[in-house]
Amino acid sequence: MSNNSNFKLHEILIAGFGGQGVLFAGKLLANIAMIDEREVTWMPSYGPAMRGGVCNCAVCISGTLIGSPVVHHPDTLICMNGPSFDKFVPNVRKGGTAYIDSSIIESTYDTNDFNCQYIPATTLATDNGLKPGLGIIVILGKVIKDTGITDLETVKKAIAETTHKTDMIDANVKAIEIGMSL
Amino acid sequence: MKKTLMKGNEAIAEAAIRAGCKCYFGYPITPQNEIGAYLSQHLHKKGGTFLQAESEIGAINMVYGCAATGTRCMTSSSSPGISLKTEGISYMVGADLPCVIVSVQRGGPGLGTIQPSQADYMQATKALGHGDVHVPVFAPCSVQEMVDITTEAFDLADEFLTPVVILLDGLLGQMMEPVSFGDDAVEQKREYPDWAVTGHENKREYRNITSLRLHPEELEETLIARQARMEGVKARTRSQAVNCEDADIVVVAYGTTARVIQSAMEMARAEGFKIGTFRPITVAPFPDKQIKAACKNAKQVLVVEMSLGQMVHDVKAALEFSVPVEFYGRQGGFVPGPEEIFEKIKEMTVSL
Repeated sequence: MSNNSNFKLHEILIAGFGGQGVLFAGKLLANIAMIDEREVTWMPSYGPAMRGGVCNCAVCISGTLIGSPVVHHPDTLICMNGPSFDKFVPNVRKGGTAYIDSSIIESTYDTNDFNCQYIPATTLATDNGLKPGLGIIVILGKVIKDTGITDLETVKKAIAETTHKTDMIDANVKAIEIGMSL
Repeated sequence: MKKTLMKGNEAIAEAAIRAGCKCYFGYPITPQNEIGAYLSQHLHKKGGTFLQAESEIGAINMVYGCAATGTRCMTSSSSPGISLKTEGISYMVGADLPCVIVSVQRGGPGLGTIQPSQADYMQATKALGHGDVHVPVFAPCSVQEMVDITTEAFDLADEFLTPVVILLDGLLGQMMEPVSFGDDAVEQKREYPDWAVTGHENKREYRNITSLRLHPEELEETLIARQARMEGVKARTRSQAVNCEDADIVVVAYGTTARVIQSAMEMARAEGFKIGTFRPITVAPFPDKQIKAACKNAKQVLVVEMSLGQMVHDVKAALEFSVPVEFYGRQGGFVPGPEEIFEKIKEMTVSL
């Protein structure tokens, strides 16, 4: 998947607790973009944010050179816990989408400026025999389908590049497929 | 060419190994720990040595000793750690020894914060140690540029017999981007330079490497000779100007903020504002001629930094106060967003 001239800038923010696969999901996206020969930046929160348990990473994907790698107003937000819901949902860009794991977050956000999708991702993962940590990958599958950033073939290649645990490759592919079917 | 996804810190470490760096001495500090971590895993495979010193002062003095043997070596640190190293750096300048120093800036003063900052610009470019110390300073803004500049920095250090600084910030160190390293270079057998202390074995005159010069004539002579040598570095200054030809306002920044002003310029251009950008790639020596050429049609200049305003003084001096220069800065670990820079640009255009 190339054709970079028409590929607009995607500013994606992924936030949750440490251990929920936030940085992994970001790296997977970055690898997808690299395989598709896009420009991409991956920027983690580091330091006290990481040590305190709340963690996020910003991924910018574009057909042309990326300016700021810092995402202040994401057009796509993946939100995996309450603190990141409170902190980041109000910053979503007008016309953007917040993907919220409703099996972890009970709150809802009332706005006409952007779209909120409530997906019980962690429950969907466990109901399908996957580890709860793959909830975030379920949401990523949905994001990939909605944005058309890439196709399943690239995702499969990127998963193999991103995880070095071979037994996790199939599980990640399955999680993506669940997300893409939503 | 195959690309891999790497953090800036790791990429610089890999680039150093490929540039023939044989010894690394350092002491941990966030946000540059991945440099040491990567080298501790990989440097020995190329016959090199990674050594975690007992302190930053220990580390820079090990670099001093290592460089005296003519071996390619480096160290890296972040703001408070660089402050500790400045004594050793001054000694190395005084002894005319090459090395590469990676400075990954965090917010200060004191322990400050581990978040990104550009508040050590003055330290790097003006006084990285006492005693008329001026060293070349590179300021890359992407992971690929960090890799390319690392090789250049080692070569420049050897050619001009000086420590060379690669000035980054926490964001550039932590950010991942796709990067390619080119083909594996065939490692060339390195000849020891004719000043290196390698053991005379009673076969030649002994060599003395020192920064102590008690006779005023001798000290003055070395200072003037070093300054003349550094003039040669001026020919190597590099910069990047975008859309400056018709620009009413030229926005100037280096490193991370140079990326943000690029986004701000695109926003402004989309709304019909004539904005250009200028990015010094070498901040010392400062690209005086290039910025003058870039700003020749500008009515105003805006300098953006993650500090209270440091490079802005170099910009004003380079432009010889011929164009009004404004400053916009964020501090404390904040990276300014393109929107706030665009707001500042709009404010400035009112007076055009």
